[in-house]
Amino acid sequence: MSPDAVKDQVLQALMEIAPEADPSGIDPTQPLRDQLDIDSFDYLNFMIGLDRRLGVTIPEADYASVSTLDYLVAYLAKRIPA
Amino acid sequence: MPSLGADMVSGTLVEWRVKAGDAVKRGQIIAEVETDKGAIEVEIFEDGVVDALLVAPGTKVPVGTPLATLRGAAAMPPSPAAPPTAAVPPSGPAGGEVGRGRQVRVSPLARKRAAELGIDPSTLRGTGAGGAVTMADVEAAPVPARAPAPPPPPVEADRSAAMRRAIAAAMSRSKREIPHYYLATDVDVSRLVAWLERRNAAVPVAQRMLPAAPLFKAVALGLKEVPELNGTFLDGAFHPSAAVHLGVAISLRQGGLVAPAIHDADKLGLDELMNALRDLIGRVRGGSIRSSELADPTVTVTNLGDQGVREVFGVIFPPQVAIVGLGRITQRPWVAEGRIEARPVVSATLSADHRVSDGHRGGRFLSAFERLLQEPEKL
Repeated sequence: MSPDAVKDQVLQALMEIAPEADPSGIDPTQPLRDQLDIDSFDYLNFMIGLDRRLGVTIPEADYASVSTLDYLVAYLAKRIPA
Repeated sequence: MPSLGADMVSGTLVEWRVKAGDAVKRGQIIAEVETDKGAIEVEIFEDGVVDALLVAPGTKVPVGTPLATLRGAAAMPPSPAAPPTAAVPPSGPAGGEVGRGRQVRVSPLARKRAAELGIDPSTLRGTGAGGAVTMADVEAAPVPARAPAPPPPPVEADRSAAMRRAIAAAMSRSKREIPHYYLATDVDVSRLVAWLERRNAAVPVAQRMLPAAPLFKAVALGLKEVPELNGTFLDGAFHPSAAVHLGVAISLRQGGLVAPAIHDADKLGLDELMNALRDLIGRVRGGSIRSSELADPTVTVTNLGDQGVREVFGVIFPPQVAIVGLGRITQRPWVAEGRIEARPVVSATLSADHRVSDGHRGGRFLSAFERLLQEPEKL
């Protein structure tokens, strides 16, 4: 899956938990949770959505390394099952 | 019109989910009303048959006004059919069933946009979490050639302003009438954090547990040990509650907050409590709260840890007599056995009503809370 396709899936999963968010306004280099005011329950639902859409389970220990949109897309692109 | 909090004086009936002649069962959602706290789903508390609907959609009535009459269970048909529902496709799409009048989760913004376009959200296929109808679903739906003329729903700005007024009224009353006292303590939660890490690493992502679940359970169990903090103060007297209906302060994405109850929180297992929290927060933010959840919290807990807050001293929500505040779990220097170590610590606070309890008893609660968290596997 191309990085753009992964990004599209990530944004769709984000819209499920923050439907009022404007994807074009997201700075891909800044922490997602801060930008969209996502709390831990919404973030868990986001992780569940990514797992369902892409088949990638992100361990809690890796949360810090996927904090931005750019980091998250790169992380997922490497791990999506062929 | 049910009272959904001591500060509620009226509500607007938005829609009926039943019609005259329908058999209804206790707990069934029969109507939606608009209040200062947002849209609330009204449940029925008896089995029976709807005799007559007395209030038309769009009508604002005072609390206590009869909305409908109900014939008792004895009047129910001998073999009641399933409650009548609108036609739905024979095979539902991935987003769930669709059909006019169907109960559906709709985000507040999507509901507002649907109203503007004259679209009934229950006719849409929701692609959001749990089949919720999102803004994108509404925007993608064909606009009716001639929009129906439903009762005008409150615009978002009005709703936010009304909620702000309701919060201000309740908090002003609280500060005017309730002599608060405040206590705080720091709790070493290293055992809890380690236990959660082990547990969550061994389960699918959908079964992960957040710290809020064991923290709230410890609050509920601690309240059983200090019952002066769990109940209501009405008509000049304290009425303790045998049940712990834990009000959970939930911020809304469009601003404001509500504090619906998780019933019998002290009796729920941690997984059950986690699922109840996820369900409640999802429904509240999707614009769907049930009347029973707003009517009877016996205490409230507010958790601002996600906002990076170290500690929060809450304002008691009348007629309750206490509110527990939880901050962020952070690594802090901690002295243990004569050594200074970095440990995960959470600050817990208690705001309580001096008419009912004093600092000594409040301190007992915080002490119990701390003790309970040292054995998370037993919660």
